[in-house]
Amino acid sequence: MSSIRIRAKRIDGKTQIRTLITHPMEHGRNIDKSTNQPIPAHFIQELSVKHNGKVIANCAIGGGVSKDPYFAFMLKGGEPGDKITISWVDNLGQQDSEEHIIK
Amino acid sequence: MPVNRREFLKKSVSLGAYSMALASGLVKSGPASAEWIAEQFAQGKLEETLKTLFKDAKITESDKIEIQIPQIAENGAVVPITVTSHLDGVDTISILVEKNPVPLAARFDLSPELEPFVSARLKMAETSDVIVIAQAGDKLYSARETVKVTIGGCGG
Repeated sequence: MSSIRIRAKRIDGKTQIRTLITHPMEHGRNIDKSTNQPIPAHFIQELSVKHNGKVIANCAIGGGVSKDPYFAFMLKGGEPGDKITISWVDNLGQQDSEEHIIK
Repeated sequence: MPVNRREFLKKSVSLGAYSMALASGLVKSGPASAEWIAEQFAQGKLEETLKTLFKDAKITESDKIEIQIPQIAENGAVVPITVTSHLDGVDTISILVEKNPVPLAARFDLSPELEPFVSARLKMAETSDVIVIAQAGDKLYSARETVKVTIGGCGG
């Protein structure tokens, strides 16, 4: 299952795009209390949002964003059937991508 | 493989010129090429991060940036924030938490197809000001809001 969930809601001619991503977002300064070892940094660094294949938002993200990050954007316009693609890359090079069709 | 000296010089000069142009804002990096830059997410003071992000550019306080954030956060690990701007031509929104070890939380490069609006959830180590900087062309605008944190958010 994809780590990304996307919701798009049309409001007054605009489209609100909301996304929830499953990710630990460890910034690397936490200590694992059971082993007393530092937890290695593991967080999303780049997130991109596309509308019908065109990049509309590019985000640089740090460890200061909460675990399982949530983001929302507001698209001017947006029609039913339009495709929203959201993808991320983390500091370990892992990545994921998900598509959503606006209803 | 031996590198031709002339070729090497040519490449390094053009690369140098490009990075200088990028730094001075001549080449617009635009939403398509926003990348994660380690220095911007370095640990340090807010002032240092602002300098890395915006050099010495003047940042004007603006009441046209609206920050919706709880005044008191019971759990610093999850602090919801919504930024709405009424400024024209905003292409970048940066969210910073003054007292976090890494002040910059996120930088959003938005294309003109998007409203100057963004929502996210932040970690906050302690009671601190949250600063939002909106960039419209070469102009910088800021707004800040204080959030009281009762339980620190270091434990992500």
